[in-house]
Amino acid sequence: MTIHTPVPPVETIPAEATGPAVRAVSPAPIGMLAELTHRCPLRCPYCSNPVDLERRSAELDTATWVRVLHEASALGVLQVHLSGGEPTARRDIAEIVRACAETGLYSNLITAGIGVTRERLEGLADAGLDHVQLSFQGADAATTDRVAGLPRAHERKLELAAWVRALGLPLTVNVVVHRANIVQVPLFLELALDLGAKRIEIAHAQYYGWALRNRSALMPTREQVGVAIATVEAARERLRNRIVIDAVLPDYYARYPKPCMQGWGRQSLNVTPSGRVLPCHAAETIPGLQFWNVRDRSVADIWRDSPAFNAYRGTDWMQEPCRSCARRERDWGGCRCQALAIAGDAAATDPACHLSPLHARMGALADADAGTDGAAYDYRRYATEPAEPLS
Amino acid sequence: MTQSPLGEAPSSHVPDSAVPRLPRGVRFRRDEARGGWVLLAPERILQPDPVAVEILTRIDGAATLGAIVDSLSVAFNADRARIDADVRAFLGGLVEKGFVEFGP
Repeated sequence: MTIHTPVPPVETIPAEATGPAVRAVSPAPIGMLAELTHRCPLRCPYCSNPVDLERRSAELDTATWVRVLHEASALGVLQVHLSGGEPTARRDIAEIVRACAETGLYSNLITAGIGVTRERLEGLADAGLDHVQLSFQGADAATTDRVAGLPRAHERKLELAAWVRALGLPLTVNVVVHRANIVQVPLFLELALDLGAKRIEIAHAQYYGWALRNRSALMPTREQVGVAIATVEAARERLRNRIVIDAVLPDYYARYPKPCMQGWGRQSLNVTPSGRVLPCHAAETIPGLQFWNVRDRSVADIWRDSPAFNAYRGTDWMQEPCRSCARRERDWGGCRCQALAIAGDAAATDPACHLSPLHARMGALADADAGTDGAAYDYRRYATEPAEPLS
Repeated sequence: MTQSPLGEAPSSHVPDSAVPRLPRGVRFRRDEARGGWVLLAPERILQPDPVAVEILTRIDGAATLGAIVDSLSVAFNADRARIDADVRAFLGGLVEKGFVEFGP
């Protein structure tokens, strides 16, 4: 699965100076990423799941997920992103959606669109599903099928998109952009419009886990990134009334880091298939962090007291140049996992920031990777293929 | 659309008999944890101010635009034309984002 913006931006409703207006929601958990399973029929080489995938036998049961959803809602979570792996690989997905609806949580199904029958989707709609986010690996069948590592994937995604719209559910098309599909950005926009999507998420690959492993096969050039960004910006204006375009920028070539998760432990949490609660989906790459599990503790206790959540909360943990930076509560130091991956220290400034002493090295890494042509993918897979079936 | 919500926004052409509603995928609810209300949409959380809340709570899928403006004019004992302009500007902004739609 791909999750690049699990924290929704808290927006202000546009209004004239004297008219009704909105203010920012206070820092509190507003979003939860529920990674229901790591099982997935796709094998995308940039999957945001950890390299060490969890097995079905380790997954939380239905009752525990229902309890977690109710606890999250009581804590203040407003939106739940039902993800994976492929969330519909769980037989109890409708019960989980119903639990969201019952407790007032806005439910967002993040799906690859494979293996979902029309009846199954109708069941989710009836259970109160609010929104469907469907991934496309390419704008055409050849690209999608190759990147996803699955024959006929594109065709089945198109079919699911049509069902989503026929059921009256709002559709977002999600695209992860990398070397093999970056020239297709205009085609992705057309595809989303053709499918009746009201929103498209164009996320440049973020290099953790599988994507870090495949970075040399995925990294586009600076020039390609520049063209893609300009294309999106132009489309945003041109298509303003037709589709919402959300972009996740590529940070290897950036000047400022992304405000990862809008700050560690500040707005959202992530529950893994086996119940560990993480500040972000890649947090387990940071050694020494202690993650608590919903099997042992309530979501509220974990949010407040878990050592992992408190490790990089706020700004006290920061080193220079972050500590005295005017942007410290805007960028939140960037990404801890990337600081670890590139700088070798999770408390360092994210090297995506031009103020990091490692910034030039990070750009050079990207340039070097972008220059390696035709590297083969190391597709997402279990360390040894699971004996258990996919669903 | 390039006009400002104050100017030639689409909602200024919407008849009083039109019924504003929240499309599927948009929900307006209390936010007990933080107090107040929120408008939830795909990957968006909006926190309306008290005036916006007064407008949004009157959107029930049955009330017409005209009836909502009437109700607000009475509730706030305010000039109807002014309320009408404010409501249209506000809803125009939400229509543009797909968070509100008008039906017959």
